[in-house]
Amino acid sequence: MNIIVCVKQVLDPEIPPAKFKIDPETKQVIPPPGVPPVISVYDERAVEAACRLKDKLKGKITVISVGSDKAADVIKHAISMGADEGFVLCDPAFENLDSFGTAYVLSKAIQKIGAYDLVLCGRQAADWGAGQVGSILAEILAIPVITLACDIEGVDTNVRVKRIVSDGYEIVEAPLPSLVTVSSEIGLPRLPAGVRLMMARKKVIPVWKAQDIGAEASQLDKGNAHTEITGLSVPTRKIECEIITGATPGEAAANLASKLANLI
Amino acid sequence: MDNYKGVLVFGEIGDGKLTPITIELLGVGRKLADDLGEELSILLVGSKAGALAQEAIACGADNVYIAEDSLLDAYNSDAYTQTAANLCKKVLPSIMLFGHTDLGCDLSPRLNGRLGGGLSMECMTLSIDSATKALIATRPVFGGNAHATMMSKSARPQMATVRAKVFAPAERADGRQGKVIPVEDKLDASALKVKVVEKIKEQVEGVKLEDAEVVVSGGRGMGSAQEFTKLRELANVLGGAVGATRVACDEGWAAATLQVGQSGKVVSPKLYIAIGLSGAMAHIAGCLGSKYIVAINKDKEANIFNVAHFGIVGDWKEILPPLTAKFKELLSK
Repeated sequence: MNIIVCVKQVLDPEIPPAKFKIDPETKQVIPPPGVPPVISVYDERAVEAACRLKDKLKGKITVISVGSDKAADVIKHAISMGADEGFVLCDPAFENLDSFGTAYVLSKAIQKIGAYDLVLCGRQAADWGAGQVGSILAEILAIPVITLACDIEGVDTNVRVKRIVSDGYEIVEAPLPSLVTVSSEIGLPRLPAGVRLMMARKKVIPVWKAQDIGAEASQLDKGNAHTEITGLSVPTRKIECEIITGATPGEAAANLASKLANLI
Repeated sequence: MDNYKGVLVFGEIGDGKLTPITIELLGVGRKLADDLGEELSILLVGSKAGALAQEAIACGADNVYIAEDSLLDAYNSDAYTQTAANLCKKVLPSIMLFGHTDLGCDLSPRLNGRLGGGLSMECMTLSIDSATKALIATRPVFGGNAHATMMSKSARPQMATVRAKVFAPAERADGRQGKVIPVEDKLDASALKVKVVEKIKEQVEGVKLEDAEVVVSGGRGMGSAQEFTKLRELANVLGGAVGATRVACDEGWAAATLQVGQSGKVVSPKLYIAIGLSGAMAHIAGCLGSKYIVAINKDKEANIFNVAHFGIVGDWKEILPPLTAKFKELLSK
């Protein structure tokens, strides 16, 4: 079975907000110095889902990422978890694409890779969180899509997916090839074993440019973007934290309880 | 793109009624349509859709499109996408609105992919740009730590999903006039590839985290699984639920389903008590909607104090027991 996983490299969302800075002019986030970007959490779960299928059914996992040359790191991370190979899709024309542009680039790379049974994506990116790339990609590839998987229960001629809904779960089936978006409820990603980590680190990750995958300039033209970010701001919160004190920690705690009991 | 006119709401039906979010979408949709000087329409699907047409008109719709097909009684991604896409190709709406619901989150990106529109999800504000007549939407990005303004210069329809209770419900007026228009297209059953084979309702013990009025959350500072269980007693006294940071879940101190944050649950209780957690960006994203945030942390520089309304700087081990005891005393009165 051939599985393709689409992953994105993002700003580490576990940083303290004080390190989060934006440039309102370019409408971009300024990467905090000394904090390496990470694989988007949902995409890491998509790699995990692929690895679980490979454990059960054998097969090959190919990972692709649209991003900078640093995105090789997230491909290597996926390989250390169990993926077989990966490609970075990097070209000046791929910078700051909207969801359609990103899905288009991914679709061209997938067509170049060729045969596949399953495409997995994270439910949304942990940075801009548009939540659309997987569904648009499925439409471009003209394959069925199942969103918000918390388990991929089985794959034969169909893929059988347990998906999250607000009051429980649904079991949904679709014929192969299909695209599935994965939610964090699928469970923790595996910790790579030392040997695989070493092997992944040494791997050279090929970079594909627009011409390598036959991506047409007209499809990547920012003037044709479907959505445009016209403003970016950090909301200000006018909250002054009232620090509750007391002669002892116990007294402070009692004072806090009295205060809160009147509010709830 | 000048052919695209008016606002189309994708209506949702629950228990034989228009759902609250649908009435809110009609409210904001009416305003956007009036600002454009164009019509507000709604699409209702399923075999019970026709019965709700007059209600939709009373809530502000000028046109109600009814797709009465039993294949549309329950949500199916393929069937709904096909029905909505066919209607959009005929009606050419300038704006299309969805709830940020199970249905809206699945349907809108797919429909957008098929129609080549411009979609912004989880919008907080929607307005019309007076110069270009385009939709201006703002939405949270980076887990709510920033807000982005989105526009579609030329892609149509302009689509948006909206969370419940962001907009006021439509004002109802019996006697409003509107048109009821049946959707004639029959579904192409051969294009329905995705099948829902089973639905399972989740049984929850105690108060569900997302519904709780009080949430007591712990993080790395709790130190161990055993210490973590001490949060439960306070939560029980307050009739609330226990939450956890990603670290606490990764450590195995709490079940993954209790994770509050960007990759976990988003909660908005009346009272959110954060104990032994510093307030990473991804965690704050999950609790920022709480009415009151209370922080207990021994590091007075911890970020959690920047978003909290009340706080105690100190070791939680010395504070949690007397806090729980005092609440018990106060609430038993």
